[in-house]
Amino acid sequence: MSNAAFATTAPATSRAEPIPVGTILPWAVFASLMLLLAVYFVGAEEGATSLIGGSYVHEFVHDGRHLLGFPCH
Amino acid sequence: MVGNLLLRGMMIGVLAGLLAFCFAKTFGEPWVDYAIAFEEHPSHAAAGAAEEPEIVSRQTQAGFGLLTGLLVYGAAIGGLLALAFAFADGRLGRLSSRSVAAVIAALGYVAIVLVPQLKYPANPPAVGSADTIVARTELFFVMLAFSVALMIAAAMFGRRLSERFGGWNGATVAAGVYLAIMTVMFAALPNIEEIPASFSPGALWNFRVASIGVQTVLWASIGLGFGAVAEFSARHRSVPGKVVGAAASR
Repeated sequence: MSNAAFATTAPATSRAEPIPVGTILPWAVFASLMLLLAVYFVGAEEGATSLIGGSYVHEFVHDGRHLLGFPCH
Repeated sequence: MVGNLLLRGMMIGVLAGLLAFCFAKTFGEPWVDYAIAFEEHPSHAAAGAAEEPEIVSRQTQAGFGLLTGLLVYGAAIGGLLALAFAFADGRLGRLSSRSVAAVIAALGYVAIVLVPQLKYPANPPAVGSADTIVARTELFFVMLAFSVALMIAAAMFGRRLSERFGGWNGATVAAGVYLAIMTVMFAALPNIEEIPASFSPGALWNFRVASIGVQTVLWASIGLGFGAVAEFSARHRSVPGKVVGAAASR
């Protein structure tokens, strides 16, 4: 065991062991959906499309939307 | 492990959003204000829609609203970068974790910001007709989605090539393929020209430079910040004796 530990005492430029794709996938699918939803609310809600109606979200993130380069109005 | 990376990525993203906010507040807001003053000037307002009621004050929009938008966007980009990093780390030739993070952020910046913005650049208020917002939004997201999908495909193709022909050769060919197809895409998609004739070209240019600046600050901070954090991540702190505990806790 200590041999294994020494073997992984690697220099700063060592490359990491790849994480198995099967381990990443559930995280990637769920988190991507959540994160893309967040981007949607900052970037597009109540512009061309609207999920919750009104225009408060649009007006609130208005400046960020313009400065991040999303079409705003 | 992946959850841990995700959390770190999102936290770095929030910090990067804070930096981007400082930049946006200083260099972007003056041009937003300029555009709103232009929009509300009587001689231009007549052409546009009727005066809209103010739902959120300008002060909130330029302060807490801007901050919220950038923090949320930063957290999202940081999280997505962390996921891409989870796939790529240890799979890009001999690149270290820190280099992998930087490469992914650079490719993401090109695919998500630089290339789509060159075709459909950021517009301040007063630029762009309200009648075309649906079409403009569709075109923007079509461009964005296509660019990202093509970048992912090109990166995977480049990785294949690299295994046979070496890293530089693989990356060069893949970059060429991405750029060639995006060039065709640029030519195929319609242009949008809705800049009011009397809007100052200088102000528009400055706004767009500020906008690209905000994105650059955000992406550079995330790429470099996350790389630094990933390098310190548990599986790299493989100090003898700590390895067992670190491995067991995961």
